[in-house]
Amino acid sequence: MCLAIPGKVLEEFEKGGLRMAKVQFGGIVREAALDYVPDAKVGDYVLVHVGFAISKVDAIEAERTYQLLEEMDQLTELKAPVVDEISARKPQ
Amino acid sequence: MKYIDEYRNQKLARSVVGELQRIQTRPWVIMEVCGGQTHSIVKHGIDFLLPEGIELVHGPGCPVCVTPLETIDKAHAIAARPGVIFCSFGDMLRVPGSAGDLFTLKSQGADIRVVYSPLDCLKIARANPEKQVVFFAIGFETTAPANAMLVHRARQEGVKNASILVSHSLVPPSITYILQSPQNRVQGFLGPGHVCTIMGYREYEPIADRYKVPIVITGFEPLDLLQGTLMVVRQLEAGEARVENQYSRVLGRDGNVPARKLVNSVFEVSDRKWRGVGWISKSGYKLRWEYREHDAERLFAVKEIDTKEPAICISGQILKGIKKPHDCPAFGTLCTPQTPLGATMVSAEGACAAYYAYGRHLRPHKETEKSAGTTMGGAA
Repeated sequence: MCLAIPGKVLEEFEKGGLRMAKVQFGGIVREAALDYVPDAKVGDYVLVHVGFAISKVDAIEAERTYQLLEEMDQLTELKAPVVDEISARKPQ
Repeated sequence: MKYIDEYRNQKLARSVVGELQRIQTRPWVIMEVCGGQTHSIVKHGIDFLLPEGIELVHGPGCPVCVTPLETIDKAHAIAARPGVIFCSFGDMLRVPGSAGDLFTLKSQGADIRVVYSPLDCLKIARANPEKQVVFFAIGFETTAPANAMLVHRARQEGVKNASILVSHSLVPPSITYILQSPQNRVQGFLGPGHVCTIMGYREYEPIADRYKVPIVITGFEPLDLLQGTLMVVRQLEAGEARVENQYSRVLGRDGNVPARKLVNSVFEVSDRKWRGVGWISKSGYKLRWEYREHDAERLFAVKEIDTKEPAICISGQILKGIKKPHDCPAFGTLCTPQTPLGATMVSAEGACAAYYAYGRHLRPHKETEKSAGTTMGGAA
């Protein structure tokens, strides 16, 4: 539950008053807030916990940790449904 | 590249184990605090690799496990109300409450949604202004900044129909509680890497000093855990008791300052109950008064629910490092991940569930495991 997943910042944007990013985790891209890691920028690797970057990591570290989490079957949080303006209206 | 890494890791792992054997003069009991670490240790058989006499016991750091049954029952009662959209991390849905789990309630028609991030609840609340959107805000210090941001943004944007049911635990009071127990066996700690990524490790320094225990903040990978164990044993053998940081590639002494700042503005420290363990003073968070409009307990005024845990369950002693899953007569028989009787079996990060998932219930006794493990370790 306290695991954080490393991913690469692909693009930055502003949404709902937060500094958001698209972050790539292996083959999956999800959004994450960058507010807690203000110096993170496109191309950096960050550790993401429940949709928030909490720390920067280097690229090699990120790659190795990701593979390990995948082997340990610890990436389920990334598989939670994406909530957008349309899906937010209806029950899952 | 991967194979080279694996080769390198095996070689490093062997050298760490060799060094442990070289320096160890007597038995030591070390607790890993975090449930993610427990899962990794059991999955990779790290405890089997360690020399005889270095025992790992499994701490209370799984937020799903220690969420009290009463809170799960409250979640159930709120989620069952008409006009409520109840949101949660996936892990909580299968934890049985007194009246069944949230997953069953969802299949009976309640609007219960699994979310990736607490921020998703804001989107859901904006899209459903006629509904009350409640998020089950469980977690340790790692998750607190995300949950804090949800209520902070809800208040700033005037999203009045978003609230959280808070079940937040803090690590330092729980390890202090363990150390104060007359039955305590723990002599050193592998501290929680991601909790300290947020909080830093200053607050562990007075604990190490006062109780004369080494605390090594440690990561989650097999090599991290081996190296953390070596750092603890080095201190124990030298008669030292300091806080050290094995996970320095990720965190520093002060943690994540902006995250801590927001957490402190949204939450305040409060007493809380830990499933299996009981009340620990100043060991959790509650919402500050300014955020009361987003406090689900206040909004829904669910009355206190009386719950009863099975008398046979020893999860409280397991969480304190006094016992291990095999010491429980119900482990793997009456109590399994499908029919959990207590805290340490309800989540994959609980010690009992991790032991079960990797087939340890099929072995008769922990001593047998250890001797089988030593052979495995030798062959690694």
